Amino acid sequence: MLKYVLKRVLAALITLFVLVSVVFFMVRVMPGEPFTSAKLTPAVAANMEKYYGFDKPLPVQYVQYIGKLLQGDFGYSMKYTNRTVNDIIGETFPFSADLGIRALVIAISFGLVLGIISALNRGNKIDFICVIIAIIGTSVPDFIMGAFLQYFFGIKWGLLPIAQYKGFEYTILPSVALAFFTLASVSRIMRSSMLEVVGQDYIKTAKAKGLSDLRIVGRHQIRNAIMPVITMLGPTVAAVLTGTFVIESIYAIPGMGKYYVESVSTNDYSMILGMTVFYGAFLIICNLIVDILYGIVDPRVRIATPVEDS
Amino acid sequence: MGENGKEMTRDMFVIRGKNVNKMETMSRPNISFWQDAWRRLKKNKSAFTGLVIVVIYSLLAVFAPMFSRYGFSDMDPNSMNALPSLVHWLGCDSTGRDLWVRIWMGARVSLTIGLSAATINMCIGAVIGGLSGYYGGKLDMVVMRIVDILYGIPSLIVTILVMVVIGRGIATLIIAMCIVGWIGTCRFVRGEVYRLKNQDFVLAAKVLGVKNLSIIIRHIIPNIMGLLVTNLCMAIPGAIFQEAFLSYIGLGITPPNCSWGILAKEGIKMLRVAPHEVLIPAFFICTTMLALNLLGDGLRDALDPRLRGSEG
Repeated sequence: MLKYVLKRVLAALITLFVLVSVVFFMVRVMPGEPFTSAKLTPAVAANMEKYYGFDKPLPVQYVQYIGKLLQGDFGYSMKYTNRTVNDIIGETFPFSADLGIRALVIAISFGLVLGIISALNRGNKIDFICVIIAIIGTSVPDFIMGAFLQYFFGIKWGLLPIAQYKGFEYTILPSVALAFFTLASVSRIMRSSMLEVVGQDYIKTAKAKGLSDLRIVGRHQIRNAIMPVITMLGPTVAAVLTGTFVIESIYAIPGMGKYYVESVSTNDYSMILGMTVFYGAFLIICNLIVDILYGIVDPRVRIATPVEDS
Repeated sequence: MGENGKEMTRDMFVIRGKNVNKMETMSRPNISFWQDAWRRLKKNKSAFTGLVIVVIYSLLAVFAPMFSRYGFSDMDPNSMNALPSLVHWLGCDSTGRDLWVRIWMGARVSLTIGLSAATINMCIGAVIGGLSGYYGGKLDMVVMRIVDILYGIPSLIVTILVMVVIGRGIATLIIAMCIVGWIGTCRFVRGEVYRLKNQDFVLAAKVLGVKNLSIIIRHIIPNIMGLLVTNLCMAIPGAIFQEAFLSYIGLGITPPNCSWGILAKEGIKMLRVAPHEVLIPAFFICTTMLALNLLGDGLRDALDPRLRGSEG
């Protein structure tokens, strides 16, 4: 087990390093400069470039950046005067994280319940309704879902606040909008995996032993069927996190997504780098946790190396 | 013993119409894998509906803009936010551009991006995954390390960065999606090929002295083709989604080009005044997704060799 964990951690570290390096050099070959304001005289611009270290050769800048990064310092933003990237992330990430966690909780809990109900009622009306919900969920992009929820619940029926993020009732619409797609895919996967498990021998054994239906479903069926859902948790976190970009803009939530998109279009080098590294590291850590969790839950994974598992 | 107590003998029977030449022929025409799959797909109502929708949308995307009175960027100040009518079949947007034309121009872009990104990803993934799975060894090691690393990097972030580096546009959007998009296919093709190459029919071919290349073309590829097609069909909605998403946040296609993502974005701004401007693009995005998902599900069932020949 330890060997498995170490291997995963090592892979994650290499991934992170590659990500940082690739993004660093990619950002530098981007067309355009960060200091393009007409007010800047060439002398000031040169000064600023010197201040940010752009006059040094690229490899030196790279080493310096990595050195700072190891101390957890993302540097100053180039557009927002006197604010470090760390500050901006620290200010905005809690909103994104809060929204993301709410959406994840909604998506996974409701998705699992929907999938289980659907599988247990296979073929009848309840199953049909659940499947329809799941299909709609996977067919509607989250920005459209967000806009519709806002229109109907916020504007037309006036039930919930339409924008901003100031209290529980404000969080409902954005988190549901963000959760819907994931909810649908979790329920689809759970349904098919439940149906696959039903035919297994250990379920027959459990039935033959005379266990109650509740125990069979709870102890044997769900526990085994949940594995594929755990595997997709990593990509799910990624989907939810990137989904926050749009949901934040629809509901005017002061999260990280807005800043990220903005920094990309304004060539704010240190912001792009910092936020990409932050997002990337966050997702890589999520994947790592999922991998390790998976190794704990399913002993078969540990024995087979990850290369051979497909 | 016969009915009347008489013993049945050989000469009481007459051979009628025995034809030695016909005995070996098959009574029913030989059904190939694809014919069988097609037959089963046709039986699956939802999948077939999906297929019909996809075909209709594709045809409309090609022909509808050609036969319309309006250009996709012609503005008509007299019909700003016009509701659907006989003049403007799907109404007009906030600057008086005809939505019917814009929807199908957008469909061209969205469908092209979806189809080409998914196809290119599939090809790259299949080739790399196939080679890696078939030859194994060091090549496999290297490929799998690269895949492991790329898999950890959030694809959307890479796409956004690539878009910014090489500039915005339809072609660059496709390229950007392809840089990390092939990994999924690569992983699964590698797994499949790895499983297949150890099976007896491949061994038999090897023993008979068939060259590696022919084994791949004649034996491996036909066996994974079904899965690949299903995979492709499932990947198209993903690519369309991504395009819509990127265009929505302003990092995809830029106006005056239009795609469904852009139409939805422009429509959402007018949600309070003219809801049809977002409802219509939303309807087309959703139905396309729905159709492709249903078709993909149907294809998966139709092409699953384990289900072959079942249910008559």
